Amino acid sequence: MSLEIEIKFSLNGRQTRLKVSPTMTTLAMLREKLDLTGGKLACGEGECGACTVLVDGHTINSCLMFAVDCDGRELQTIEGLATDAGLEIVQQAFVDHGAIQCGYCMPGMIMQARYLLDHNPDKGRKMTRDDIARGLEGNVCRCSGYTKVVDAVAAVVLEESPS
Amino acid sequence: MSAAMEKSLAKKTVIGTRVPKPDAPDKATGRTRYINDMVLPRMLVGKILHTDRVHAKIISIDTRAAKALPGVHAVLTGDDIPELRFGPTRDNFPLKSKKVRCIRDEVAAVAAESEEIADQAIALIKVEYKDLKPVFSASEALSKGAPVVHEDHPDNRSLYYEFSHGDIAAAEAASDIVVEHEFEVPYVTHCCMGPSCVLADFDTTGKLTIYSQTQYPYNYKMDLAPALGIHPGDIRVIQPPVGGAFGSKLDVYPFEPICALLAKATRRPVKLTFSREEEFINSPTRQPVEFRIRSGVNKDGSLTFRSVDALLNNGAYTSWGPTTPVIQMRTFTGHFRVPAVEYKGLAAYTNNVYAGSFRGYGNVQATFVTASVMDMLAEEVGMDPIAFRLKNAQKSGEVTPQGSILDDCRLGDCIEIAAGKTDFLSKHAANIKNRDVPGTRKYGIGIATSIHNAGGAKIHKSDGCGTILKLDDYARATLITGASEIGQGIDAVLSQIVMEELGIPFADITIVNNDSALGPWDVGVHASRTTFIAGNSALRAARAARKQVLDAAAKQSNVTAEQLDLREGHVVQADNGVAIIKLDRLLRQMHFGEDHELVMVTDYYEPNSEPEDRNHVGNLSASWAHGAYVAEVEVDTGTGEVKVLKITAVQDVGRVINRLGIEGQMEGGISVSLGYALSEQLQMEDGKVLNPSFRDYKVPTAPETPEIELHFVESDCKEGPMGAKGIAELPAIIPAPAIANAVYNAIGVRFFAPPLTPEKVARALHQASFQ
Repeated sequence: MSLEIEIKFSLNGRQTRLKVSPTMTTLAMLREKLDLTGGKLACGEGECGACTVLVDGHTINSCLMFAVDCDGRELQTIEGLATDAGLEIVQQAFVDHGAIQCGYCMPGMIMQARYLLDHNPDKGRKMTRDDIARGLEGNVCRCSGYTKVVDAVAAVVLEESPS
Repeated sequence: MSAAMEKSLAKKTVIGTRVPKPDAPDKATGRTRYINDMVLPRMLVGKILHTDRVHAKIISIDTRAAKALPGVHAVLTGDDIPELRFGPTRDNFPLKSKKVRCIRDEVAAVAAESEEIADQAIALIKVEYKDLKPVFSASEALSKGAPVVHEDHPDNRSLYYEFSHGDIAAAEAASDIVVEHEFEVPYVTHCCMGPSCVLADFDTTGKLTIYSQTQYPYNYKMDLAPALGIHPGDIRVIQPPVGGAFGSKLDVYPFEPICALLAKATRRPVKLTFSREEEFINSPTRQPVEFRIRSGVNKDGSLTFRSVDALLNNGAYTSWGPTTPVIQMRTFTGHFRVPAVEYKGLAAYTNNVYAGSFRGYGNVQATFVTASVMDMLAEEVGMDPIAFRLKNAQKSGEVTPQGSILDDCRLGDCIEIAAGKTDFLSKHAANIKNRDVPGTRKYGIGIATSIHNAGGAKIHKSDGCGTILKLDDYARATLITGASEIGQGIDAVLSQIVMEELGIPFADITIVNNDSALGPWDVGVHASRTTFIAGNSALRAARAARKQVLDAAAKQSNVTAEQLDLREGHVVQADNGVAIIKLDRLLRQMHFGEDHELVMVTDYYEPNSEPEDRNHVGNLSASWAHGAYVAEVEVDTGTGEVKVLKITAVQDVGRVINRLGIEGQMEGGISVSLGYALSEQLQMEDGKVLNPSFRDYKVPTAPETPEIELHFVESDCKEGPMGAKGIAELPAIIPAPAIANAVYNAIGVRFFAPPLTPEKVARALHQASFQ
């Protein structure tokens, strides 16, 4: 077996320390070592977005990032989004708007949507449906046809900045 | 007097409301465990060695080095197992031992302690081949002296379908106008986001538990058993949540028996998962077809005859793809009133990959052709696309030549609404004028229509579904149904039916449909049938439970059961809503009182459809539905890029049960058809798949999604549950030809082979400019 390297990072707000092989991906670490299976392996080459997680506040394809590169960083996964009070607002909007069918792509899609809402590319202007659709371009969904996904995110835009 | 008895509860319906799927919160939080996420104790990882040849004799397979690798528990080849045939025509084998016939062929498999070790072991297997001359095109495969794919089919003919009605020759001779066209529709693939995955586990007595993505768990047992040489009764199918199916999981594919054979060999659970590349190459495609269609029309605009030859590239083995003519021919022979019709469909074995079923099941291909031809014929006779279609649309009470009974035909309504809502005719005329105006942006509008089975499809001897419904002491309902949930939302629809009949809140209903040992039989999720068939069974079960409860309530009050209703967890007086007793209290009294009565009912619903006879005649579905979709497009004549601006969908849905669910099904179907129209094609060259990745196989993403406007024609189907019809395939069938017709309206160029990629459109425009 290959050499393992110890890394430390913040995972959903909790300090985590573990040993990983230098070739392990962040997605494999989350799924196989930490049992966080919300993020999915759907293409393994950064084309579909189903493995999207936040690293230091930025969405990344966790299937393409080595686990060792998580050392010293802050990771947030879909499992860290909901609180004791219930679903996070984006998750609830996806449920209420019927965006979720088979649901396989949804953890990645929701993480990307949360990032998008927090990083409005054009500050001061409310995001339009086109902005939302462009922001979700890297996330493939084969069930929904995207309309209800955009509906859900647009509803959160209104809710989070009503004026 | 208890508090409950003072309440007055108004009658509220949940039918037609917007109900989120009950599994959505878990899916939104990442809690849901798909098979892809599952791990069992002592589980091994399975891997398949696929061949790198397309047609070759296997001389030898050397597995010694792989077997010697530490951590490898089994290496299997076809020589290690008896010759087990499976598939709809029994022409496939789990592991191929004598020769390989296509790039998918499985020549060896490994079970190891980790994915890494399994990959290393696969790389250590050496196979020696002697290449054979291959054949890739269906027409070449049928020519004399062509390479033979299966020795027991020396002419390479796989399946053949033929139907004829009326005197075609006489109709053709009497037609004012006769035209002939050729179409070719491509290989496309489902692109389920959850890659194919299976987990097999034998118990000590030799019984198999298989965790499967299948969408037809009961017949799956029957189809899997011969591939393993075990009794179907010894297979238990568990269905964890599945990452998309769309028809791809309506058959057994070699990876499933291979995984089970590895589990048997190692006496440990084995899980086998496809990479995305394997998914593109080795999972089923939609059936590619070459069509030749001759059509006749009289100057008054009436259709006279339609004659279709369909040549299907069977590929190396037979899954459901080559059986799709069954549904395909219904559209050719029965969509619009055509007095004389004939259809011939022949599937030829080749060394290509092979097709399964894919949302729309043959009708996607048929509708691309018929909807394009209808537009061309309208132009031939000088009629507008709407008037021409309305002239030939059937009316209620007509029966198609194959015996589809159109007892309540809404085709004309759908066309009129679609035309009216989109201001079709004025836009259509303006766009034609705009073709010659300078500028690279052209706009088009196009319509397409189709018919599809909307009350199941009796392709097996039974098209039924069973239900077990029980109420516990707390008035919680458990509905055990044979109908699988693959993301389409039958869980929500069946919950609504229980809510409506029993007055129980959504949160108090549990749907169980993931274990073949518990569930009563069902054909499977296909043919737009689940809301109709499983819905009817659930409705009948719920009504039986309701009757039992109300009878018991009537017995202890001085009213009849007919004067009572169930609302919001109470038995109430139907006329004024005054509560008599809480439902849970009544159920406990029934259970623990002197009658010792438990509410648990069963139902098996068989629709009143009929299987086809040998001549392909019979009312295959208990209901039929039409749709008319309008596409509005922008074509950039410089780049050839087609942008779909809007899809307006009008469809006879019988009755909306879950508005949120039906919208989602229609929007999702439209997206799949958008890909079929514009961008998706599995590029095959010499039997190899050239674009096995999302990078090179372009599925629609959010920015390409057009505005979608949905109009539901609620015809209140008398056989449907609450009046509902099946709806989920037409949205995946009709948009593509509407888009192609809209492109024609924009630029005056007709396309006979989707997808309409920018390259194809630009080239066609370039060629047209020299004519």
